[in-house]
Amino acid sequence: MTSGGKFVGRSVRRLEDRPLLTGHGRFAADISFPGQLHMRVVRSPIAHGRLVSINAEAARKMPGVHAVWTAADVAHIPPIGFRLTGLTALEPYRQYVLARDRVRYVGEPVAAVFASDPYVAEDAADAVEIETEFEQAVIDATQEPSMFDEGHSTEPAILAKGYGDIGQAFNAAKRIVALELSVGRHSGVPIETRGAIARYDEARDVLEMHGAAKVPHWNRDRIASMLGRKSEAVQLFEGHVGGGFGVRGELYPEDLLVCAAALKFHKPIKWIEDRREHLIAANHSRQQVHRIRAAIDEQGRICGIDNEFFHDNGAYMRTHAATVPDLAAAMLPGPYRVPAYRARGHIRLTNKTPCGTYRAPGRFESTFVRERLLDTIAALIGVDKVEIRRRNLIGKSAMPYSLDLETLGTHIVYDSGDYAGLLDKALAMARWEELQAQLRARRGKGEAVGAGLAIFVEKSGLGPFDKVRIAAAASGDVEVITGNASVGQGIETVIAQICADVLGVDYARVRVVHGQTDRIDKGMGAFASRVTVMCGEATRLAATRLREKALLRAAEMMQARAADLDIVDGSIVRTGGASGPSMTLGELVKALPDGLTAEDTFESTHMVYPYGVHIAVTRVDRDTGGVAIERYIVAYDIGRAVNPMLIEGQIVGGLAQGVGGALLEEFRYNESGEPLSVTFADYLMPTAREVPAVDVLVTEDAPSPLNPLGLKGAGEGGTNAAGAAIASAIDDAIGIPGAVTELPITPARLRALIASGKPTGR
Amino acid sequence: MNEKTSVTLTISGRDHTINVEPRKTLADAIRDDCGQTGTHIGCEHGICGACTVIVDGAPIRSCLMFAVQAAGKPIRTIEGLANGDELHPMQRAFMEHHGLQCGFCTPGFLMLAVGVLEREPDISDDDLVDVLSSNLCRCTGYQNIIKAVRAAAKEMRKS
Repeated sequence: MTSGGKFVGRSVRRLEDRPLLTGHGRFAADISFPGQLHMRVVRSPIAHGRLVSINAEAARKMPGVHAVWTAADVAHIPPIGFRLTGLTALEPYRQYVLARDRVRYVGEPVAAVFASDPYVAEDAADAVEIETEFEQAVIDATQEPSMFDEGHSTEPAILAKGYGDIGQAFNAAKRIVALELSVGRHSGVPIETRGAIARYDEARDVLEMHGAAKVPHWNRDRIASMLGRKSEAVQLFEGHVGGGFGVRGELYPEDLLVCAAALKFHKPIKWIEDRREHLIAANHSRQQVHRIRAAIDEQGRICGIDNEFFHDNGAYMRTHAATVPDLAAAMLPGPYRVPAYRARGHIRLTNKTPCGTYRAPGRFESTFVRERLLDTIAALIGVDKVEIRRRNLIGKSAMPYSLDLETLGTHIVYDSGDYAGLLDKALAMARWEELQAQLRARRGKGEAVGAGLAIFVEKSGLGPFDKVRIAAAASGDVEVITGNASVGQGIETVIAQICADVLGVDYARVRVVHGQTDRIDKGMGAFASRVTVMCGEATRLAATRLREKALLRAAEMMQARAADLDIVDGSIVRTGGASGPSMTLGELVKALPDGLTAEDTFESTHMVYPYGVHIAVTRVDRDTGGVAIERYIVAYDIGRAVNPMLIEGQIVGGLAQGVGGALLEEFRYNESGEPLSVTFADYLMPTAREVPAVDVLVTEDAPSPLNPLGLKGAGEGGTNAAGAAIASAIDDAIGIPGAVTELPITPARLRALIASGKPTGR
Repeated sequence: MNEKTSVTLTISGRDHTINVEPRKTLADAIRDDCGQTGTHIGCEHGICGACTVIVDGAPIRSCLMFAVQAAGKPIRTIEGLANGDELHPMQRAFMEHHGLQCGFCTPGFLMLAVGVLEREPDISDDDLVDVLSSNLCRCTGYQNIIKAVRAAAKEMRKS
């Protein structure tokens, strides 16, 4: 960095905080337009059946009701397409914005009420009568596929990935380990529910949608094409977003409904989801059953892994298409040498809420599976869980390490890493040997306490590009415009830090504009832990250009060589102690007829791969099956830390969600497909009581060689290995290696494990 | 049920006379009828605490109270927490300790913590965690919220 990293690497305070602390945020529900109508969605009360009739007469007659729409009113809108990992075979399973002749999950939109007031809209929605004919609901994704509709089975595709000679690996194996492991259905569940407010500006012939999030440009283009408009005649506006986690901001039926209604009625249409709706209508995630077999040698080294798994995608294929099972298959080998690998992922449709990604998609699942496998191998060979991992880790000297697999359209090449080095640091931080002695002593006194660990490789920085435009203003302030998005992670601060260091201004003078499709023509958005990497490097490039431009123009005015000038604290000064007048960046801008702007694009065809270690210490109450996490350690290599405070925030927050998935959170259904987790009293998220204090170690041992700053992403490493590490710790606490085969580890399941008759002593 | 009735809500010392149905929640009335959108709605059944405001000196869930029930009672919302441009010690502590990410649950946590600490300034650290476990945050993992509230508690005891 030209100015010596004044801001990058420092835990400076967030620029985002003040409006959020004073009640002046602008979340979706805070946006209103004069004359708006409120939309309420009428949802299927049954899991599977033929839609016989919808009687909306009574609702239409209620005072304040403007209209009630059913499928016939949106017959012109095609089903919602795929944003990532779209396979042709999945296309017949896309969701229409309102159900046509069949409903496939409780919560599926079948009608939409538009009324003058949200209370009235809800009353009217209750008055819409839906007549259905029940059909058998498919609840279990591992059962034999059945018919989705004429000519389409509930198994649209089987993903196949692999490399090496798997047959030979198993033929030559000394031992074979086989496990069946499952991860429960849970999801991001942000505290802000979804919301969308559409408005048609007739004067400019522009359709606006407010409340956008995550991927505004992709959604803009898709809404435009689905509604038969030009892209530039649709603009999306991101306000504050109350948590993303993969779920929020994908293109959903409700987004299309408000947009189509705003065009039709020429009135602003506001839709704010309620919590019950969110829990049955927004993307679920995670539910998979894995049947994994590993061929190992006598030392417990892996010779091959053969994994067959069943991915329960719910009732439709939504925007993520095959993304989650694809990542699960591709990322399963993780940090270990796996000479031969085969994965077969059955994508299955069931009569539950459709699925998408959730923080560490496919990795929370596959890390649980892989690390359970490692623990099982350790027990089988008779070595401890640290030693078995050391024997299998990919060495530092093997970097960059090509996995011979592809995902998200990129070839997987671990760009840099010292996995064993980070394991050592994490164990040192935990005082692992001392800890083992303490735990043994406590177990000797009858306590059920134990420690577990898990190692993982994350992925981040997905391309293919990020574009940034920077403009300096006459005030001296700098505006960075990106097509990226904020989900609360701190993009405004981090990007300002990078820009400020390159330009030589105070980071607090840099304002980052994101999520506004009318401000920049292209943007990829905020997912896959890509923002700091992709937008960060694009910002560095654009800021470098702006700086060069500024110095060239200033050189003319200051009668100096550009090479003898620098920008320090927003002033253009002569270097090397040369005397003469200086000028501020703002003064320079004032003097330039065209102002001072620059833009650049960073392109990348490979992801970057951070990695980490989780260590958990748990105490089990044998009577209640309750689990307390006594200690938790996360070691994570970020390559280069832009703002350590925010990275730690990401890790601890991500871990809280991982703890939820490991112990508490589950969307349960009964046998007829009725959802049982429809309030926060049934869907249990961790509170301040359940989330432990976390020791976080952020290292910079392996900067990425794929971008000059060495950046890797921080968003998902806290979540990734939580299920794996906690399962490992619970095994240890109850003295049954490999006991935990299913997440979440609820008290009922844990009591059953303890009661299963296996000895808990050792 | 749908007949509107006139109610005066006193929010941060200012009277708002509004016409609402008796079934309208206090949270909706504060947001829609009094224009103070800093109070957020996260679940509408009293669990997440995003809508926490201070009524009669106690933190309450404004989604579980009807607007008509709050008539005549002093109400404090997030918009009234700072003293002009000067942030409340609790707001400053959240900023210093990175106690917020997306910020959606933040007003509820601030009002909860301030409401409790004003009544029980010497609350123990452990009881404080119990209190904070009554609201949900999905971003921070709570550790920085706990740190911030403990730091602000010290500040508040000084003043």
